[in-house]
Amino acid sequence: MIQILGISSQALFGQLLLGLINGAFYALLSLGLAVIFGMLNIVNFAHGALYMVGAFCAYFLLNWFGIGYWPALLIAPLVVGLFGVIIERTMLQRLAGLDHLYGLLLTFGVALIVQGVFQYQYGSSGLPYEIPDSLKGGRNLGFMYLPNYRAWVVIFSLVVCLATWYVIEKTKLGAYLRAATENPTIVRAFGVNVPLMITLTYGFGVALAALAGVLAAPINQVRPLMGADFIIVVFAVVVIGGMGSIMGSILTGFLLGLIEGLTKVFYPEASNTVVFVIMAIVLLIKPAGLFGRTA
Amino acid sequence: MAAVAHSPSAARDASHRRDEMIAFAIMAILLAIAPLFAYPVFLMQAICFALYACAFNLLLGYVGLLSFGHAMFMGSASYFSAHIAKVWGWPPELAIIAATLGAAAIGVVTGALSIRRQGIYFAMVTLALSQMIYFFCLQAPFTHGEDGIQGVPQGRMFGLFDLSHQMTLYFVVLGIFLLAFLFIHRIINSPFGDVLKAIRENEPRAISLGYKADQYKLAAFVLSAALAGLAGATKALVSQNASLTDVHWSMSGEAVLMVLVGGLGTIFGPVVGAFVIIAMQNYLASYGQLVTIMQGLIFVVCVLVFRRGIVGEIAHRFNKSL
Repeated sequence: MIQILGISSQALFGQLLLGLINGAFYALLSLGLAVIFGMLNIVNFAHGALYMVGAFCAYFLLNWFGIGYWPALLIAPLVVGLFGVIIERTMLQRLAGLDHLYGLLLTFGVALIVQGVFQYQYGSSGLPYEIPDSLKGGRNLGFMYLPNYRAWVVIFSLVVCLATWYVIEKTKLGAYLRAATENPTIVRAFGVNVPLMITLTYGFGVALAALAGVLAAPINQVRPLMGADFIIVVFAVVVIGGMGSIMGSILTGFLLGLIEGLTKVFYPEASNTVVFVIMAIVLLIKPAGLFGRTA
Repeated sequence: MAAVAHSPSAARDASHRRDEMIAFAIMAILLAIAPLFAYPVFLMQAICFALYACAFNLLLGYVGLLSFGHAMFMGSASYFSAHIAKVWGWPPELAIIAATLGAAAIGVVTGALSIRRQGIYFAMVTLALSQMIYFFCLQAPFTHGEDGIQGVPQGRMFGLFDLSHQMTLYFVVLGIFLLAFLFIHRIINSPFGDVLKAIRENEPRAISLGYKADQYKLAAFVLSAALAGLAGATKALVSQNASLTDVHWSMSGEAVLMVLVGGLGTIFGPVVGAFVIIAMQNYLASYGQLVTIMQGLIFVVCVLVFRRGIVGEIAHRFNKSL
């Protein structure tokens, strides 16, 4: 076994892979937050709760309807996205014109309700969700053993993130979206249905969270509070990256996951707090965030 | 967030001052006779939370800064006072003062970091910093992790008042609360408080008038942190323990909820909100997670249709400033 700085390569690369997977979830979640923030100007506090609902959706689909992982990867985000559309249409829309902090408080309330309901029903313990058959096992790369499912999560998340970036930055639909972010009134005057766009954007953002939830289900167990603490780290990631840039959110997410993984190898005591420490440093050096435009 | 219109006329100012004095007297009398009707331990807890909510409201209601991390001041101060009273054996008044100063010190560092961002970013930064403090409390040896610090001795206040006697403790806690409340009231109505409100209403204009907005914001942040710490330090002596619950993010959320229910930017709102929420928690305690669901529902309802809160609504109805 190869040794690097007194640490076996299996331990080092294993933790790096775990870090990369966490980074993939950070990227998917902070991407959703950034997209929602761009259009609605709110921080979606319910994001962690909806990530959890995504994982539970996959669990219900399997255990109640016998629908497996692959269809769940599509159905769960759709269901949660629809739920998001309902939240936006019935509640968030009424807050237009008020201080943005009210949106934050409202979504925090929604998060408490959703998490409370699931905790009431399922307690705090985790429910198992098996890795799909086609992704079981793994391969030996010489310097480490690579489980197939983990490789899949990293690659698939990366593809989804890049596709989102492409749609927003390079297509006509994305151009409308960016224009509506800059100046909704003028875009409306051109005949674009901006309120519908806002609703769908919120739905899409939370669908990304749900997708991350489904991907996480076989790795971390399905727990009612799986998103509660996780989302706070994602907020720190968002502060570090700044929500102005789509690519910035993706890069920051993966980067911080990697740093967290490295910390787990070399100084495990700090692995819980390293992201927050980096946030503090970034606030001191570049308050607007690494990719932020305005302070 | 909630704009409280301040009339320029001195006569109306004087009448506001009188209304507030009357309301304060009513509150003090009600709290003084409350142990005749309600369980003192419950009341003391509610009073500590009322102070916590008032401290939080100082920042949100009068500077417009929504902190989502006030649990870090409340929680760490309760650890400090429990540790100082139990391990160092200091008398309660010194334990409370030292813990309050400790919370203020944390406030200086976290405040200097978080006021570098505004609005929702400020909320996210404070939440992340408080989560960092939470992990620190989880791992630091002196907090005893999941067990917390238990069996904190209450001792004698100033060597005179035996705090293990329940009614003595009650009136000491009430005294601390009323003094802190008057202090907050003084801050809000001072020239310093006027600058804070100016920053809340229009920060660029306040800066252009020559006020160093960041310094004012930091000062308000540290005051708010110290007062939240005072609440936590007192609470640790009341419940004789300090635990992770007080540093957890849900505690930060509770401050927001209490202020929202009672009335944002009102002086008495946080007190009313704290009593309502603590009463609800006690009432629903046996139903497990129902408390969380109820809190979430209250959040949603308050934001959608009841943004003035209880006291704000009353003040609006009678056209008074409370």
